[in-house]
Amino acid sequence: MAWPRTSVPDKTRSAAPSPAASQRAGSPAANDRAPNDRARLAVRKTHKLFIGGAFPRSESGRSFPVHDASGELLAYAAKASRKDLRDSVKAARSAFAGWSGATAYNRGQVLYRVAELMEGRSAQFAAEVARAEGLRRKQAEALVADAIDRWVWYAGWSDKVAQVAGAANPVAGPYFNFSVPEPTGVVVVLGPAQSSLLGLVSVLAPVIVTGNTAVVIASEHCPLPSVALAEVLATSDVPPGVVNVLTGSAGELAPVAAGHMDVNAIDLTGVAAGERAELERIAACNLKRVYYDHERWDEPPGTRRLLAPLEIKTVWHPAGI
Amino acid sequence: MGSGTTAEVATSTPAWEYAPAPESRDIVSIAGEYGLFVDGEFRQAADGGTFATVNPATEETLAVVAEAGPADIAAAVAAARRAYEQVWSPMPGAERAKYLYRIARVLQERAREFAVLESLDNGKPIRESRDVDVPLAAAHFFYYAGWADKLEHAGFGPDPRPLGVAAQVIPWNFPLLMAAWKLAPALAAGNTCVLKPAETTPLTALLLAEVCQQAGLPDGVVNVLTGAGETGAALVQQRGVDKIAFTGSTEVGKQIATTAAGTGAKLTLELGGKAANIVFDDAPVEQAIEGIVNGIFFNQGHVCCAGSRLLVQESVAEIVIERLQRRLATLRLGDPLDKNTDVGAINSRQQLDKITELAAAGDAEGAQRWSPPCELPDKGFWFAPTLFTGVSQSHRIAREEIFGPVLSVLTFRTPDEAVAKANNTPYGLSAGIWTDKGSRILWMAQRLRAGVIWANTYNRFDPASPFGGYQESGYGREGGRHGLAAYLSA
Repeated sequence: MAWPRTSVPDKTRSAAPSPAASQRAGSPAANDRAPNDRARLAVRKTHKLFIGGAFPRSESGRSFPVHDASGELLAYAAKASRKDLRDSVKAARSAFAGWSGATAYNRGQVLYRVAELMEGRSAQFAAEVARAEGLRRKQAEALVADAIDRWVWYAGWSDKVAQVAGAANPVAGPYFNFSVPEPTGVVVVLGPAQSSLLGLVSVLAPVIVTGNTAVVIASEHCPLPSVALAEVLATSDVPPGVVNVLTGSAGELAPVAAGHMDVNAIDLTGVAAGERAELERIAACNLKRVYYDHERWDEPPGTRRLLAPLEIKTVWHPAGI
Repeated sequence: MGSGTTAEVATSTPAWEYAPAPESRDIVSIAGEYGLFVDGEFRQAADGGTFATVNPATEETLAVVAEAGPADIAAAVAAARRAYEQVWSPMPGAERAKYLYRIARVLQERAREFAVLESLDNGKPIRESRDVDVPLAAAHFFYYAGWADKLEHAGFGPDPRPLGVAAQVIPWNFPLLMAAWKLAPALAAGNTCVLKPAETTPLTALLLAEVCQQAGLPDGVVNVLTGAGETGAALVQQRGVDKIAFTGSTEVGKQIATTAAGTGAKLTLELGGKAANIVFDDAPVEQAIEGIVNGIFFNQGHVCCAGSRLLVQESVAEIVIERLQRRLATLRLGDPLDKNTDVGAINSRQQLDKITELAAAGDAEGAQRWSPPCELPDKGFWFAPTLFTGVSQSHRIAREEIFGPVLSVLTFRTPDEAVAKANNTPYGLSAGIWTDKGSRILWMAQRLRAGVIWANTYNRFDPASPFGGYQESGYGREGGRHGLAAYLSA
C-alpha cells in the first residue's frame, strides 16, 4: 500500500537554514532574533511526541525534517514508532475510565478551557500555521480563530449530546426503557494532511467531548502545529492520556493503528481516499468503527462527527409494585 | 442545635460543640444605594422611589434600592426591544454563546462574593449558597451558552426563532439561581430580558447586572428592575412584552395567566408545590432520613419542590419518625454566614408570620407538633425545624404550601394508597420515592402526577435536567433541552 510521503525532498541535518531564510518573515528562522532585539539569540523548541501527558522523544530515537511550503527546513520532529503508537493506545486506554466517567459538565469545562488557552496563544498558533501551511498571516489568524471557536462549539455539546441522541422508548409492556449514547472507547484519529490545526481540532474535539480518548497521528506534511496543540492540551486540565499526539509517518503508523486490537475506532479522514480501503480491511480485525468524511473545515461542523464515535446503550427495567 | 438536647436524644447522640466558623463578609462591598439596571447602566427610578432590603438574620438594613415605576418599566422594555432588534437577535449564535460563557466564568471567579451576598440578603446558610446556588447558577449559564449556537439541533425545527422581549419575575428563595434559570435560556435563544428580582432579595441580581457589564454584554440585552409585587405586575402587563416567565406563588401565577390571556404573550409559570416524599418499608432508613431532612429543611423549606408531606409506610413509621427526630436534634440553626449552619433565617417577617399561622393551624386541627430543643437568636426572623405527626389529608398543613421548615407526616399501607395520597393535591411539582426496589420506583414514577420525581434522592438540580410542574404548579419547563422551548418559536 502506497502512503503519501512528503513531497519535499528530505534534507540532511547538516543543512542549516540559509541566511536569506532567516530574514524571511514567517519562517522559523526569523525566530532566531527577536525583531527588536537583534542581539539576543532565540531559544528553539524541540518538537516531541505527547503520550500519557508527557512529552517523550520517540523511543526509536528517530526524527524527521519538516519543511515549510517553500521547502525551507522548519525543524526536526520526532518520528513515532510502532512502539510509540502502542504506548499511546495504552495511555489512552488507561485514561478512558476516568475521562468517560467524568461528568459531561466537567468535560465541557475542560474543552472550553482548551479554547481559553489557545486564545491566549493565538499569535503563536497563527505563526506556526502560517509557516506550516504556507499561508499569509491573516489567513492563518482566521484559521486559528476558527479552531478556537470549534473547541467552544464542541465544549457545549458535552452535556447536550445525550439529549439529542438519546431517547426514552415507549415499549409495549410494563418496562421503563431508555437509550443513551456512550463513548466508543479509544479512537485513533488521522490528522488531515493539509489542515494542520483547524482540521486537526475539527476531528479531535468531537471524539473526546463525548468521553472517548484519542491517539492522534498528526499530518505528516505539516505536523508542527499539532505539537503546539499538545502543549496547550497538557496545560488545559485535559487528563493525561486522553489525547496523545504522534508525529511521524502516517504510512508507517496507520496500518499498525488499524490493526491494533485495543483500538475501538479509527477516523481515516486524514488519509488519502485511495488508501482507505486497505486500512478498512485491516480495521475489520476487531470490527473497529471506521469513519471518514469529506469536509470543508471552514464550514459549520454539524453533528456527524460528534455522533460517529458513540455506542447506544439501551436499558430495560421493569415497572411494577 | 444549641447546647441543650433532650434526655432521650442525648443517650444516642453526643452533643458536639462547634467553634464559630463565620465566612468573612469583607469580600462583599455593599453600596449604600442601588439603582435600576436599564440599557446597560445603573440609574435612579424616574420617580425617585426606593425601598430598603434587610438582612433577615439581623434585621439590619443592607442597602436602599430603587423601586421601578411605570416610566422605568417602559424604558427597560424599550431598551430590551432595541437591543433585541438591533443587536442580540441578529447576532450569530456562536457570539451569543461567548457572552454567556463569559458570564459563567465571571460567576465562577466571583463565586465567593456572590455566596456571601446571597446569604446576607436571603438568610440562607453560606454552605448552601456556596455549594448550591452559585455553582448551579454558573453551570446554568455554561449549559445554555452551549445551546446558543446549536438551536437548530435542539429538535424544534430547522430554524427556531426567539420570541422577543422576555419579562421575568423571580422569587426570593434562590435569588441568583432563579435569575440564572430565567436569563440563560432566554439569552441563548436570542431573546432580551427585563428581570424583576424579589423585593426582599434584590442584591445578587444587581451584582449579576454588574457581571453583565463586566462581560461586555451589549446594552439593553439584560435589564434589572427592582421593586415589589406592583412592579412585577406592571412589568408583565407592559406592552411590547413577548414572553412572560414567572416563578412564585400559585396565587400570583393565576393572576398573571389571567392578565396575559388574549395578549399572545407566551407564558412559563413555575409555582407552588406540596410534594409527597414517600418512604417504603424497604427503604434504606439512614439514607431516607438524610433525604427527608434535605427535602424539607434545605433552604429553611423555602423551596417550591420541598418534600413537605412525608408519606411513610405504616410498618416503619415509628422508627422513621424516631430517627428523624434524632437527626433534627443535630441540625444547627443560626448565623447564615457560619459554615457549620444547617438552617438559616426565614427570609422575611411576612413569611415568618405565614409559617407561624399555618403551624398554629396544625395545632388547632389536632396534629402533634414536635421541634428539637432549639435556641432562636434574639434578632432576625427564625423558625425552628418542626415536625407534625398525626396529620390527616384534610388538615391545612397537608394541603397548603407552608414554604417553611415544617414537615407534615402521614402514613400509608399500600403503594396504591401512597399514590392516591401523594396525588391528592392541586399541585404537582415534584415527589420523592424511597425504596430498594427498582421496579416499584418506576411503577410509582409512572403514577405520580408531578413534573420531577426523585428516587432515593431529593432536591437534585442540574442545568441539563428539566424542572417544572403539573396542574397548579404551573406550566413550561426550565432546564435542559426542554427549557429552551419556552423561549423559542419553532
